[in-house]
Amino acid sequence: MPNVIEPITAADGTPLKKKLARALFRSKIRAAGLVLPLFAFILCTFVVPIFALMVQGVHNDTFHTYMPRTAEVLEDWDGSSLPGELIFATLAKELAKTKKERTVGKVATRVNRQYSGARSTFTKTARKAVKMEAPFKNAILKADKKWKRVEFWQAIKLTSQTWTPAFYGAALDYELSLNDGFERKAEKERIHVKLFWRTLVISAVVMGFCLLLGYPVAYLLATLPLKTSNLLMILVLLPFWTSLLVRTTAWIAILQSQGVVNDILVWIGVTSNDSRFSLIYNMTGTVVAMTHILLPFMVLPLYSVMKTIPSSYVRAARSLGATPTWAFLKIYLPQTVPGIGAGGLLVFILAIGYYITPALVGGQSGVLISNMIAFHMKSSLNWSLAAALGGILLGGVLLLYWAYDRVVGIDNVKLG
Amino acid sequence: MLDSIDPFVRFKGVQKSYDGETLVVKDLNLDIAAGEFVTMLGPSGSGKTTCLMMLAGFETATHGEIQLGGRSINNIPPHKRGIGMVFQNYALFPHLTVVENLAFPLKVRKMSAVEVEEKVNKALDMVQMRAFSDRKPAQLSGGQQQRIALARALVFEPDLVLMDEPLGALDKQLREHMQYEIKHIHESLGVTVVYVTHDQSEALTMSNRIAVFDDGVIQQLADPVTLYEKPENAFVAQFIGENNRLMGTVKDVAKGVATVALDNGDIVKALAVNVGGKGERSLLSVRPERCIVASEKTQGLSALNGRIEELIYLGDHIRCRMNVAGDDEFIVKVPNTSGQLGLVIGAEVFVGWETNDCRALDYLC
Ligand SMILES: Nc1ncnc2c1ncn2[C@@H]1O[C@H](COP(=O)(O)OP(=O)(O)OP(=O)(O)O)[C@@H](O)[C@H]1O
Ligand SMILES: [Mg+2]
Repeated sequence: MPNVIEPITAADGTPLKKKLARALFRSKIRAAGLVLPLFAFILCTFVVPIFALMVQGVHNDTFHTYMPRTAEVLEDWDGSSLPGELIFATLAKELAKTKKERTVGKVATRVNRQYSGARSTFTKTARKAVKMEAPFKNAILKADKKWKRVEFWQAIKLTSQTWTPAFYGAALDYELSLNDGFERKAEKERIHVKLFWRTLVISAVVMGFCLLLGYPVAYLLATLPLKTSNLLMILVLLPFWTSLLVRTTAWIAILQSQGVVNDILVWIGVTSNDSRFSLIYNMTGTVVAMTHILLPFMVLPLYSVMKTIPSSYVRAARSLGATPTWAFLKIYLPQTVPGIGAGGLLVFILAIGYYITPALVGGQSGVLISNMIAFHMKSSLNWSLAAALGGILLGGVLLLYWAYDRVVGIDNVKLG
Repeated sequence: MLDSIDPFVRFKGVQKSYDGETLVVKDLNLDIAAGEFVTMLGPSGSGKTTCLMMLAGFETATHGEIQLGGRSINNIPPHKRGIGMVFQNYALFPHLTVVENLAFPLKVRKMSAVEVEEKVNKALDMVQMRAFSDRKPAQLSGGQQQRIALARALVFEPDLVLMDEPLGALDKQLREHMQYEIKHIHESLGVTVVYVTHDQSEALTMSNRIAVFDDGVIQQLADPVTLYEKPENAFVAQFIGENNRLMGTVKDVAKGVATVALDNGDIVKALAVNVGGKGERSLLSVRPERCIVASEKTQGLSALNGRIEELIYLGDHIRCRMNVAGDDEFIVKVPNTSGQLGLVIGAEVFVGWETNDCRALDYLC
């Protein structure tokens, strides 16, 4: 006998599986309809812009847009000796064109990032290019002597390439040159890596302080009687109801050299009036203000985990002979690890991208990588470098996240 | 028998208040001998857990003294008392395996690894859980967790073990099985056990002595037989086992026998256990199985008229609900003998009992 399993059918004869799938499909469509608005919103305002910015980190077509012919002919240039007449002629024509269209500034700025001083060479030559005649090579070489340097041409060729790893290199303090590839920048120009490290260290320190200060508070919240703990909870949440800016400026009032803390220190004689501590506009200010602002993000996950730990565990440990310290270390603490992980990860990731607070109270030594990104976005308008810095930051966070997952396990994270 | 030797655990005039307004435990005096199995039995909120927590050291007595082995432990922290404890929800450490849970009290005491392993294995064998040693508590059934909790409380060989409703979360069958096992372990190890429950059959089957709690006061402290046969007050009579109540006023007390006029005018004689003088209200208590139903008065028995309201056939006996002296909740357990099958609903009969089986107690309204 052939062993054929008949598919189970519904009352009207259609196979049950198909029927079920159809029924589920309708409810799935409905569910999708509910999340669709938010999904579309996030897609348009978050995912797409971030993706576009990430692309900018390896893609810059300024040169190619305004001087497409030059970029094309430069592709065939060997990069070791001065270019020939064809390249000079194309350059002269397009320089004249950009001059007329008033776009030479953009090209000049772009090349200037690769080769400082290129800006003036470009604008000067463009002005003269309008009246230039063949042979163009001589005319251009006469206009500015930088055109005689092969390195200058190499820099131009690099900028003419639309897809380039140069910005990522720059973000890590490496300089790209046509012949030698990446090379470490000179000692005093290496600023980004230092900033990345400082961001990591400050974030870790802030996370540590938040844990140190938040753990006992969360413990109290979870164990005190409801009436008292509600009051305490309001105090923890209070910062959320005040503007971030207000809180940060409050710290300026408190920590500045003529501020409350220094006044008290002078009054009780810890320091004299002329040697007041500088507690703000430096790393101390950043750490203090950020710890204060991020504290609730540590307390809340810890609290929600501690709330689920009945007091009988510690009691059991005590009755079995453990001292209070031992019972805490061996029984209570291990059970709060998911809360520590969640709070720590949350605070750390928030701290890594923190911007306003370090900008306001960080001074020179307390600024973070986010402030550098903001500078390139808003002031220097070097969006590609900003994107590269942001990309590295994102990669770093993902790496940490991965490491955390390997060590602690991400399903150990508990937010509520 | 137990009064002659020094008590192992002694509560002396202990009072406890959580809020400074009401006393949860009022003047507790209780002596427990070494090796005894004492159960605290009482309704919810009567202060049983509070007493246990004071003994374990997690709550401090507001007043009075608690002694263990002859010395006051009021100021000794819990971890130095050496008392094993089984919690109602077991309180097994969720992040440790069964073996690690059992090893915890031993490692705290800095025992060598060999010793720890040996003791843990012995404890696991005792509760027949050797096969589950590497599991986490969440991977065990309620009954299995219960055994581990029991083993953990015993593994460091304490002289005193406290159990707070350890079987409360188990189903009936498992509960009865575990009652037997706990009793067995108690007998073989000889530890002193203070056990808390609000299940009276559990208390009756397991204990050497039972302290019946109500409202922060021990109502009666006695062995199970005495407690059931000779309740000293109305609360105990009603709380332990089934009980018929008749209300009346004392007419006379002579030679330990009270004559009581019931509210419908009938006169009944009862053993004067806990009654005031003439004219006081009293509650008469008669166990259902000590009553007989007959069609005429029997010589030497007290008897009242009654009407059969309901008959429930339970195999070994017939449960007969009657209206006696104006109360239609009067229960008689009629043994299932061939002569008794003639009972019919609505029949007017006599209910009788021996005077000694009817106890005149204090009046509870
Ligand atoms: N931590 C506490 N704070 C304030 N009141 C408490 C506390 N613990 C218990 N009580 C009160 O003390 C009284 C006795 O409580 P206890 O837990 O001893 O009762 P119990 O006899 O163990 O009851 P159950 O059988 O329900 O466990 C109750 O009225 C309870 O409300
Ligand atoms: Mg209790």
